[in-house]
Amino acid sequence: MIRFIVRSLLLAMLVCLTVLIVSFALTRLSGNLAINLAGPDASAASIAKIQHELGLDRPLPVQFAAWADRALHGDFGNSYLYHQSVSSLIASHLKVTLQLGAIAIGMAIIIAVPLGILAALHEGTWIDTACGLVALIGQAVPSFWLGLMLILWFGIDLRWLPIAGLATWKGYILPSFVLSFVAIPVMLRLTRGGMVDALRADYVRTARAKGLSRASIVLKHAFRNAAMPVVAVSAVQLGFILGGSVVTEVVFNVRGVGYLAWESIGKGDFPVVQAVVLLFAVTFVGLTFLADLIGAMLDPRVRG
Amino acid sequence: MRRAALSLGAAIVAFAAILAIFAPLLMPHDPFAQDLTHRYTPPFWLPGGSSAHWLGTDGLGRDYLSRLILGARISMLIGVSTVILSGIIGTTLGVLGGYFGGRTDAVVMFIISCRLAIPVILVALTTVFMVGSGLWVVVLTIGLLLWERFAIVARAATRQVSGLDYIAAAWAAGCSRTRVILGEILPNIAHHLLVIATIDMAIAILLEAALSFLGLGVPPPLPSWGLMISEGKDYMFFKPWVIEIPGIALLILVLGINLLGDGLRDRLGARTEQ
Repeated sequence: MIRFIVRSLLLAMLVCLTVLIVSFALTRLSGNLAINLAGPDASAASIAKIQHELGLDRPLPVQFAAWADRALHGDFGNSYLYHQSVSSLIASHLKVTLQLGAIAIGMAIIIAVPLGILAALHEGTWIDTACGLVALIGQAVPSFWLGLMLILWFGIDLRWLPIAGLATWKGYILPSFVLSFVAIPVMLRLTRGGMVDALRADYVRTARAKGLSRASIVLKHAFRNAAMPVVAVSAVQLGFILGGSVVTEVVFNVRGVGYLAWESIGKGDFPVVQAVVLLFAVTFVGLTFLADLIGAMLDPRVRG
Repeated sequence: MRRAALSLGAAIVAFAAILAIFAPLLMPHDPFAQDLTHRYTPPFWLPGGSSAHWLGTDGLGRDYLSRLILGARISMLIGVSTVILSGIIGTTLGVLGGYFGGRTDAVVMFIISCRLAIPVILVALTTVFMVGSGLWVVVLTIGLLLWERFAIVARAATRQVSGLDYIAAAWAAGCSRTRVILGEILPNIAHHLLVIATIDMAIAILLEAALSFLGLGVPPPLPSWGLMISEGKDYMFFKPWVIEIPGIALLILVLGINLLGDGLRDRLGARTEQ
């Protein structure tokens, strides 16, 4: 087990390092930073001065080492746009994104798991087909369009929920729901598949033979086994939900990290973009590691 | 039921393909011709709509049906070209890893892990911003980002196939390594790849729509469905149909591709779940 953990951890760190190098390379390939900063009318001398100040005239590996060293200490430089340190900028935007993400994964579990169980219990009937249809449509609907349509229905036609912003708790409902759509189809299918297998397993037959109640068989015996992959996948899905926050936060005008990244890309504020890309990547790697760990703890065969 | 789903999916995709191929012949109007005296004409089923513009006109008075048809061409073009590109990259990596195993496989798995860690939408937006928006920029960006499913499935399928007797027979018959990979392995994992192609095509189309919606995808005046939704967004409170029409088109096309993929998976017995 310890060998497995050490190996996965090493691999995860290696992946993070690669992403670090790639994201560094991307901004250096994007043209001359000094020209961007100095503006189009700057003289050659002032460009050279900025280049020297930022250390852009040093060899690339030296630049990378200096940048990576600072990045590992949480210093991603200053935003061109806000004239504020990137880390404090991200810290102030992160809370909303994490809140929405947490609510979204909760919603996805509440919606997808019961539907998956329901479909498995009624395998092959119209209920199963209906649940499959939910998953199919969930996969096909563009999330930004779903967000806009929900704003139209619940915000304008019914006037139940606010159309933008997070001023009250009601504001969280639509954005989280749209975010949860990323995870619902996968989790529904996984729950259904796991339950179908579990309900056919010998231990369920034994439980039935013992005369246990249907609820006890389904929830205690079958679901406990089917839930394992769902738990592991939830961790990875949370990573995808973070990625989806860009679109959702733009649609609902929520000032989270996704919105910040979108705004920064459009204005060429690369230190911010770079930091958000790294943040999302490291979070995803961390969550995948967590999922592997859970998987290995629950199933010894994975550790091999 | 399952057969019906497959037929429905195939019919939707075929219809979209016909729209895409024959778009210039099918468009009733010039999709770029502006008519500022007829802005936001409603579609025919709403009061004020007419048969002159079946689906109405947009904010610049351009015929919505014509733009929708040309939009199908853009979506299909994006879907097919990115799948070809990502299919080549992913299949090459996956087959190499699955076939050679050992260190090669470890490298392939590592590349896949790195790719999975990259937040697709952010990197795609940044790339399009830096290179400049354009149809082929979007195709290249999405194609270079979305190959991981091909790689994962090609690798798993290759490993499975490599142990089978006919591969050993090909070796015994003196086939070269290239011959075994191209002549024996590829044809026998093709059905898995076909299913992945449908999944990736659907994802690519949705991703292009999202990029265009966010303003860093297909540039105006091209009528990408995502861009049409983005352009109509400011008027959606007054004219909801400007976002409903392209959104429903997108939903139906992606649903059709997914139905086709699911149907093919059952029909061909491909296993793509990991």
